[in-house]
Amino acid sequence: MKYILMMNTQKGPYQHESWPEKAWKAHLAYWGTLNAQLEASGELVSVEGLTAPDQAKRVYAGKDGKDGKPITDGVFPETKEFLAGYWIVDVESAERAYAIAAQASAAPGPGGQPLNMPLEVREVMQSAARDL
Amino acid sequence: METRTDRVEPLLRELAPRVLGSIVRRFRDFAACEDAIQEALLAAATHWPREGVPDDPRAWLIRVAARRMTDHIRSEAARRRREEVTASLDDDAALAPDDDRAHERDDSLALLFMCCHPALTTSSAIALTLRAVGGLTSAEIARAFLVPEATMAQRISRAKQSIQESNVPFELPTPQESGQRLVAVMHVLYLIFSEGYTASSGSELQRVDLSAEAIRLARMLQSLLPQDSEVQGLLALMLLTDARRAARSGPAGELISLDQQDRGAWDRTAIAEGVALVSAALSKGSVGAYQLQAAIAAVHDEAASTAATDWAQILALYSLLQRMSDNPMVALNHAIATAMVRGPEAGLKAIDALASDPRLAGSHRLDAVRAHLLERAGQPGAAIEHYRRAAARTSSTPERNYLLTQAARLNDSS
Repeated sequence: MKYILMMNTQKGPYQHESWPEKAWKAHLAYWGTLNAQLEASGELVSVEGLTAPDQAKRVYAGKDGKDGKPITDGVFPETKEFLAGYWIVDVESAERAYAIAAQASAAPGPGGQPLNMPLEVREVMQSAARDL
Repeated sequence: METRTDRVEPLLRELAPRVLGSIVRRFRDFAACEDAIQEALLAAATHWPREGVPDDPRAWLIRVAARRMTDHIRSEAARRRREEVTASLDDDAALAPDDDRAHERDDSLALLFMCCHPALTTSSAIALTLRAVGGLTSAEIARAFLVPEATMAQRISRAKQSIQESNVPFELPTPQESGQRLVAVMHVLYLIFSEGYTASSGSELQRVDLSAEAIRLARMLQSLLPQDSEVQGLLALMLLTDARRAARSGPAGELISLDQQDRGAWDRTAIAEGVALVSAALSKGSVGAYQLQAAIAAVHDEAASTAATDWAQILALYSLLQRMSDNPMVALNHAIATAMVRGPEAGLKAIDALASDPRLAGSHRLDAVRAHLLERAGQPGAAIEHYRRAAARTSSTPERNYLLTQAARLNDSS
């Protein structure tokens, strides 16, 4: 079963931008270890981080697909949370996906304590029909 | 432990373009020939490790691929009910004995020119070159670029289609065209190299090493055109850049800047080869952009430290390069060299002049360079701001992490 683990961030610059060097490095090392573990266990499908929300664009087709200004620049004031990055994992059970999400949520913050960030976990739909 | 497959694989990769060139010359239909070669390579990869490498492996591959092509043409002909094609093939002319070794050099070159033809998009040219000339499978290329295999297979088949539709001929370009066309070939090889050099860390063990592949292809190009000094410069540039690879990232894949690198970890053999190549190229007197960039890389590689680097020479080389190409990245590097020779303020002034270039607008590199120079000029507050701005703009994770680490380090100490 595949699950997507989505890490959201608050509006504004990524919070780690103002952390002390030691905390930032520990935070990076934590992600490195987690990703290496998931790769070694054969559960990692992909992991991607996204550029900051102020680089985001919103695109519309517009009327008749050509009218108006289809592209607007971020940051979008009505949005409170932004996707910062995600993992797609291929695991044996939903519980395993939750356990990985919990591990990601515990990444260390500016003082070394777990950040306890909320991770949104959703099952990815299968593109091919399963064998009956 | 070395398996027999380990020995077969490099041999097949080396033979791939030579065999393909020979088959395309006989049968013309590039797309079908390319498929036939892939099948022949696959057959060899399964048979040779078990039954041993044949005495003339090239002839073996040509025979198998030619047979596939004959079958292909027969079935096509049957489909179209055109008996005459089959008849003309029955005299086995296509499988005539090999007098084509003399053509081998031209065939390999023609193949490269074909795969890097300006009618193709760059991403198509890269994929096709790696497959048709590099002898990699679509799956291997897909893994190297971290895209699904189906996507890469589609990209390659679209590339082959463009060749067909644009009637790109399988022949060497005319002397009038050849300069421009060679520039396109070198550009594709350079992009393959850069892709490998800047690729983020991750499951690298399972990925084809694109830098090594580009170096292999550049070596092949150099052996085909030994007199061309820009090709020599390109190979030198790759070797001199790749020589620093082991030192340029830490255990967790983090970037290490040139001034912090352990120069003892640089590959001295590659440096010696690169320096010899670029010296030979420059002595021929027809100076080009790759030779100049290689010369700059050589100055760095031969210095014991950043402080001991001959920055005046680097600045002079960048000035020459700037005169040759209107490239804002060259101008930016020129500004860095200016700062090293005349101090950070002079560098910042040069950067201010560049900031209005629309091609650099929004570029994280401009901010990153400015941050470095501001730090050296003793303005930590402004430097932090620019490090962070550069970090927000880059789309490379190791680069972002590096830039934020610089900002955090400065922030801690101020």
